[in-house]
Amino acid sequence: MSRRRGRQVGLPAPVLALAVVAVVFFALPLIGLLWRVPWSNAWQYLTEDDVLTALRLSLVCSLWATGLSILFGVPLAWLLARVEFPGRGAVRALCTLSMVLPPVVGGVALFFALGRRGIVGQYLDQWFGITLPFTTAAVVIAQTFVAMPFLVITVEASLRQLDLRFDDASRTLGASRWYTFRRVTIPAIRPALAAGSVLAWARALGEFGATITFAGNFPGTTQTMPLAVYLSLETNPEEAIVLALVLIAISFVVLVGLRDRWFGRIDQHPVVTP
Amino acid sequence: MRRSPRLLLSAVALLGFLGASCGSDDSDSRATTPAEDAPTTDTPTTVSGDVTVFAAASLTAAFTEIGEAFMVENPDANVTFNFASSSELVTQIGEGAPVDVFASADLNNMTKLTDAGNNAAEPVVFATNLAEIIVGPGNPEGIAGVADLANQDLIVVQCAPEVPCGSYAEQIFANAGVTVTPKSFEQNVKAVVTKVTLGEADAGIVYATDVTAAGADAEGVEIPADINVVAQYPIAVTKQAPNPQGAQAFIDFVNGEQGQKILASYGFLAP
Repeated sequence: MSRRRGRQVGLPAPVLALAVVAVVFFALPLIGLLWRVPWSNAWQYLTEDDVLTALRLSLVCSLWATGLSILFGVPLAWLLARVEFPGRGAVRALCTLSMVLPPVVGGVALFFALGRRGIVGQYLDQWFGITLPFTTAAVVIAQTFVAMPFLVITVEASLRQLDLRFDDASRTLGASRWYTFRRVTIPAIRPALAAGSVLAWARALGEFGATITFAGNFPGTTQTMPLAVYLSLETNPEEAIVLALVLIAISFVVLVGLRDRWFGRIDQHPVVTP
Repeated sequence: MRRSPRLLLSAVALLGFLGASCGSDDSDSRATTPAEDAPTTDTPTTVSGDVTVFAAASLTAAFTEIGEAFMVENPDANVTFNFASSSELVTQIGEGAPVDVFASADLNNMTKLTDAGNNAAEPVVFATNLAEIIVGPGNPEGIAGVADLANQDLIVVQCAPEVPCGSYAEQIFANAGVTVTPKSFEQNVKAVVTKVTLGEADAGIVYATDVTAAGADAEGVEIPADINVVAQYPIAVTKQAPNPQGAQAFIDFVNGEQGQKILASYGFLAP
């Protein structure tokens, strides 16, 4: 994991060729999109109130979803990586199932759990008068549901590779479990945590199926950018392309910008300062 | 970021209760198109080869049955369907998808295709559909008509104005002179049905055929004709049709006695 620029690696030609095909595979659809952008009207589409509202909602909700994913996902990853318990494989599969579940099915499943007639949702409604569907909270829940596994598997993989002796050393030096987790384990997995968070955030930002199913589509409350893009595709494909491009641009800037800042630290060792 | 409608369809088939995505359905009363009367006889001679039909999602059940009946009459023909929202199908055809027949749920999308020069012949309206209020089994909220939907305590969902069923809903509310504040603007009519059949919404505006398809999971409240709208379903042979004879035979079959009977059994009305 050298960060030095210009370091030449002797790559076998077939590997290089396949890698180039992969790059083209990802680049072509993007170029296709750029090719169709109605540049003359782009600014006008972007400054519409609905678009700005959807964009703001998207950013707020996806950040909330990322925060919740970190809050619950890191402990979950730690549990899966470090604690031996019966049925661990099943728990891991369960917690990453939403990655492979068609998102619309995920949205319906959320109804069954948290909707007005859901297992938990009916009591939320009866006892507290809380109905989650069709609220901004529902958007955050739907996004967290599909995005958190990306963080969990990334962080868990990193925890598994981590040398346990750092934790042991910290413990033998008298640090508490909590202190060790906070000051040794977390700093050591920081690159994976950053990578996982960005993945989860990106997934949350692009979330469509679970959101429109569980949270519905109402401007200002639950209409995120992907929903706005989908609907404008029905009537005004030009506008849809412009909106999609905004999402892509934001994601691109974040992915490129964060990479050098956070991802490069993979060989940095944790420092214990009790 | 958009899920494939076919993926949704399979997901839905898996669960076995949910309507699919796709299917913005219906028509636009202001557009003009069809002219000729529907032929009343089925094709005199049989046709052969593959016939690819792109049809609106709301036609899924009816057209699947029509396709099977067509293949019984034409054993050498093989009909395959692609069901999605009409606007998506127009996009796919515009991008060069190999298709023989296009059946739209509204005149508007058919017009888009015609304007793009992708139709071989004048489209024909083969069915109509009425809007209806969908409510849960037993009508728990006692909704009697469109005026009741103005109640702010009800969770009402409708299609987004961008898709035909949404523009119809707005026309109906305007005709009835009521202000309805929906909780959600769904991307297609099946999503409205799903939210009501799951009990998450109290009422929605859908098509009569959707209420029929929902069976025991929902009930319909009819909307009086003076404030209702009539959705028209046009069908046409596409310009790039690889099998134009097969395409025309299929369209004749849909307009024929057997096709119309099947459509009627799903709640569609004659043109």
